[in-house]
Amino acid sequence: MSQYLLLGWIFFKIGLFSIGGGYAMLPLINSELVGYGLMTHLEVADIVAVSQMTPGTFAINAATFAGVKLTGLFGGVVATVAVIIPSLIITTLLARYFFKFEDNIIVRRAMWGLRPVVTGLIASAATIMALPALLGVGSVSELHWGTLLSGVDIPSVIIALISAVAIIKFKRSPIIIILIAGIAGFLLFGVLGL
Amino acid sequence: MAKDSGLLRIFLTMMKIGAMTFGGGYAMVPLFQDEFVNKKGWISDDDMVNMIALGQSVPGAIAVNCSILIGYRLKKFRGALVAVSGVVLPSLIVLTVITFVYAAVRDNVYVAGALRGIRAAVVALLVSAFLTFMKPFYKDAVAMVAFFAAFLLSIVFDINSIYIIIGGIVFGITAGIWRIRTQDSDSGEPPNSDPPDGKDAV
Repeated sequence: MSQYLLLGWIFFKIGLFSIGGGYAMLPLINSELVGYGLMTHLEVADIVAVSQMTPGTFAINAATFAGVKLTGLFGGVVATVAVIIPSLIITTLLARYFFKFEDNIIVRRAMWGLRPVVTGLIASAATIMALPALLGVGSVSELHWGTLLSGVDIPSVIIALISAVAIIKFKRSPIIIILIAGIAGFLLFGVLGL
Repeated sequence: MAKDSGLLRIFLTMMKIGAMTFGGGYAMVPLFQDEFVNKKGWISDDDMVNMIALGQSVPGAIAVNCSILIGYRLKKFRGALVAVSGVVLPSLIVLTVITFVYAAVRDNVYVAGALRGIRAAVVALLVSAFLTFMKPFYKDAVAMVAFFAAFLLSIVFDINSIYIIIGGIVFGITAGIWRIRTQDSDSGEPPNSDPPDGKDAV
């Protein structure tokens, strides 16, 4: 029982504090799930990839994935319901009184201040996830010249660079990029054993 | 055009949108408009625009928030419950199956190889999302200070994201008031505060 309560509490917090949608949730998942030792950064990267290739929103996909992985079938439902509850409470309350909420100057200012802060958190999440994926380093504190030279995963760095150019410069769909990167990884690491 | 917005039809319409949309919450917004405004005529265009704006400004996933607002508009709290259940159910089923498969095959040498390649691509994906978020304010000095402060607090000092986000809300309100006082601006509205381009958001 207590594991479901913990899972529910974690995803309730994630639902409550992920403002701005999508990747804004990623830093919270890193803080809460990786921070509590429930997941690794590599698994969080896998959630991002899976949620790009499956229907639905990142928030729900992440909650279901984490819940099922940690506590099985019922855990997926618990985490998903928990991540929705803050939305359900806040949004229906506002729906009763609102429709002018978006015009509220305090809300606009808070949102404006939040945008760069959330962007800073996304940059941090991207860096934290790049460390194990590209450099073979577990965390920022382990990062120094020795670990950097011995751990750097050259084929992965090349895949990341090509993907970045394809997405940012040539505006290719993330789904295609993930599929191609998967095939490249299968061939390079699986078949050739690099 | 059918005007009957029964709970079952709300549920099924939401489920269809939840099952068909790839690429996350922002991708669902045009589908909400298409289904509920254009095809079914249950909600007016103005109302829908307001709901989408509100859905982006409150905590939680945009698609979840919008579905709750649409459901509430049509059938009050029961409508909201039915709508959000419908939009979430396809993800819940698909991801449950995928997670079991993932847990079973992730250690297979070929799957592990493919995942290693995919994780490298995910880093690129995050960099792209970061650049999109960055676009509206990279010339705004105050915003850049907030950006670097959040980045450093998170990565160097390992502060929990929740506290940094609360700090961001406080900062936004304070900086807004400060701007009005110093610049005597009429609205306090910062420049270029458009929402980020939805295409890159998950």
